[in-house]
Amino acid sequence: MADLFDSYELAGSWDETFASADSPRPSYESILTALQPLGAAELQPRVDALARTFMNRGVTFAYDGQERPFPTDIVPRVIDADEWDLIDRGVQQRVRTLEAFLADVYGPGQVLADGIVPREVVLTSNHFHRESFGIEPPNGVRIHVSGIDLIRDTEGTFRVLEDNVRIPSGVSYVIENRHALTQVLPEAFASSRVRPVSDYANRLHAALRAAAPYGVDDPTIVVLTPGVHNSAYFEHALLARQMGVELVEGRDLFCAGNRVFMPTTAGERPVHVIYRRVDDEYLDPVQFMPGSVLGCLGLVNAARAGHVVLANAIGNGVADDKLIYSYVPDLIRYYTGEEPILPNVETYRLGDPDAREYVLDRLDQLVLKPVDGSGGKGLVIGPQADERTLDVLRRKVIADPRAWIAQPVISMSTVPTFVGDAFQPRHVDLRPFAVNDGEKVWVLPGGLTRVALGEGQLVVNSSRGGGSKDTWVLAAGEERTVSVDLGDLSEAAAEHPTLPELSDGDVEALRQAQGSWGQAQGSWGQARDSWVQANGTFDSMDDEFAPRDFGPAGSSSAQQQQQQ
Amino acid sequence: MDAPLHSGLLRRIAESVFWIGRYLERSDVTARTLDVHLRLLVEDPWAEENAACRSLLGIMGIEVPDGEPIGSVGVLDQLAYSPAATSINGAITAARENARGAREILSSEFWSSLNTTWLTLPEVRRRSEILGSHVFFSWVREQTATLAGIVDLTMSRDDAWRLLVLGRNLERVDMTARLLMTRALPGAPGRGQPSWMALLLSCGANEAFLRSYRAEVEEASVIEFLLLDRLFPRSVFSALSTAEECLAELDPEQTRVGVHDFARRRLGRTRTLLEYRSTEDLLSNLPGLLRDLERTCSEVSDAVASRFFQAARAMAWAQEGA
Repeated sequence: MADLFDSYELAGSWDETFASADSPRPSYESILTALQPLGAAELQPRVDALARTFMNRGVTFAYDGQERPFPTDIVPRVIDADEWDLIDRGVQQRVRTLEAFLADVYGPGQVLADGIVPREVVLTSNHFHRESFGIEPPNGVRIHVSGIDLIRDTEGTFRVLEDNVRIPSGVSYVIENRHALTQVLPEAFASSRVRPVSDYANRLHAALRAAAPYGVDDPTIVVLTPGVHNSAYFEHALLARQMGVELVEGRDLFCAGNRVFMPTTAGERPVHVIYRRVDDEYLDPVQFMPGSVLGCLGLVNAARAGHVVLANAIGNGVADDKLIYSYVPDLIRYYTGEEPILPNVETYRLGDPDAREYVLDRLDQLVLKPVDGSGGKGLVIGPQADERTLDVLRRKVIADPRAWIAQPVISMSTVPTFVGDAFQPRHVDLRPFAVNDGEKVWVLPGGLTRVALGEGQLVVNSSRGGGSKDTWVLAAGEERTVSVDLGDLSEAAAEHPTLPELSDGDVEALRQAQGSWGQAQGSWGQARDSWVQANGTFDSMDDEFAPRDFGPAGSSSAQQQQQQ
Repeated sequence: MDAPLHSGLLRRIAESVFWIGRYLERSDVTARTLDVHLRLLVEDPWAEENAACRSLLGIMGIEVPDGEPIGSVGVLDQLAYSPAATSINGAITAARENARGAREILSSEFWSSLNTTWLTLPEVRRRSEILGSHVFFSWVREQTATLAGIVDLTMSRDDAWRLLVLGRNLERVDMTARLLMTRALPGAPGRGQPSWMALLLSCGANEAFLRSYRAEVEEASVIEFLLLDRLFPRSVFSALSTAEECLAELDPEQTRVGVHDFARRRLGRTRTLLEYRSTEDLLSNLPGLLRDLERTCSEVSDAVASRFFQAARAMAWAQEGA
């Protein structure tokens, strides 16, 4: 091992990269080959370049009212084709199940009548919204976008930690991490077939089009954001831009006659599909919090009238309630007749007196989570909490057992992470994103790997000092060999600190030029092939390009080059 | 699915884009102006620092209390580094803040370049404290030129582009009028040759002027050039014409009689009044003309705001069944 791995010690957790100290897992070979020749002195400029790319592109999240870069680690996390196949199928199964469950609880309620989930568990969920009852989405989809959080236990088994079917965020980091990493670590990509993540926005756009109200062939789609001060504003802007749709705030919309409009320089334009990144409670002051200025008056009635579709639907939170989570394996069997592909983490329901007593005796050994928290809010890790925290927790649990669940502490898997001047094992989770267009649940091959940057830490949320990693899903099949020269270029850039902005731009421009050149060649080839298929021959067109034209100085220098 | 030729722009975004155009132009002209004036203070043996700085701040709309001496350091603070939107720093910050809220409309190259400019500002400022403020000003000029180039290379000629260009040109008219005003007012300091050259330099017009008038830098020719030249893109005439075109494209509906859009009427009238005046006439009425130019800018800006930026309907509760 190179120097940077000298201090890398495997703890009890499953390590994604090393099976044992001397034997790396096969899926990480290309990355280790790229990293091993590097010392800290060579790696540091790349780490800096990575951070600078994020700052310049404005890839930030807001915390305490400040724009902060979301730290990205230089070592990617790799998932091989077989592992991914399992995740892919498991996430699809889970999303299909939760869709069926939502259609059921906001419709006939058969699952409650059959006693699979107790009625009071649904009715007492903070995010069960009666306002949503009877709103039938035109293509049946309520969970257009979901993020199912997975962790890997000490045996290497992927388990579902929680479901996010309200407004899961983080997909922009998946896209940006890849973009940045191809710039700073191109040689690692050279010998791996990493599945691309760049068509996420196309898939999302197609799913939103498919969700349009009845009779609207060419829907106007918008992304609704709470505004620039929202922690995920960067993501809202990125998705709107990549889909080519407007990014609106609540104040940009108004309802009239149960239809939604936005005022533009060319008059009022009707809006048909709203990919909203505003929480249910802030969405419509008529139905929810009357003081909210983030939403738009009358939105829910417009949705009920079928003139606008909200993605994701209102009231989805009942499906990712953490107490409902404990019933999801049963729901999978109930709705699909299949066994769960991805197991849950063992969960204690504190409404049950025996379980509650058991848990209260062991608060210092368990993880307690509020059932409707997201982003790690309110979570207490027993072994890392002090006496006072546990006392407060105990009182809260006794006062409102419905509001909490308990789980054993799971030591999540680790991946090498550049900390200080060496690689250290750090715990990671994985959030794969799924897009449902009504025909198929498509899982983005990648997902967000969040990493807890502190030693031994288990909370990965960005608001709690977490970072992220580019996540590679390897395609099945043989390795590829592509020679990449760009490594030299970024090294050259690092050696000339006086030109950092310029060099960054150059690298990017070159890459983009190369990429689009490759694409252009590819699509040209396809066009030609289909033309030949349709017409039989292709005589009139020639593979040779005409020679380039040169002016006075250009031609002589071209000749000089030829003479040399 | 056919994309419409004229698809509207969200009103809030329209306002942001318009002001990005104005703020970037403001940074550019302010940088040029400061660069040349601060240099002249050093070069010109007869320069009176206090009076010159006072008039410079006056151009940019900053009042200095009487009796308070002000020097080039104070000017630099107020017009280059202060957080107010009258300074270069403030204008770039404001442009960037507007772009942050309109990121999905602007090309990502533009956003990223503007964001990088904003992030680099403190560093360039530090560098200029060692190497001289010229470093800062030439950097600002290059950045704004790059940004203008990116706008032209990457954005469709849609409403967003039109509003940005409209903002840029209105600001250009406003700034040029303000700069000319210092020479037009009775008792303006330094009515000698260097100051006409300085004026041309402030407007980025010196070389273009010399190539058409040779080295005959005289009041009449400079004013004529800055106000009326048809070929120079920074002349008031060019800027007014471009702004007029943008407005015409923003509202493509033609009426049989006249022009119904107030902003366009105002611009057209001002442009015509300039265009069909003789040079002698221009010179004798200069202060009045320049004041009219400034008024035009602010009236057009207001008209554009009420026409394109304000939400169409205010929400109000209504009685059921009413």
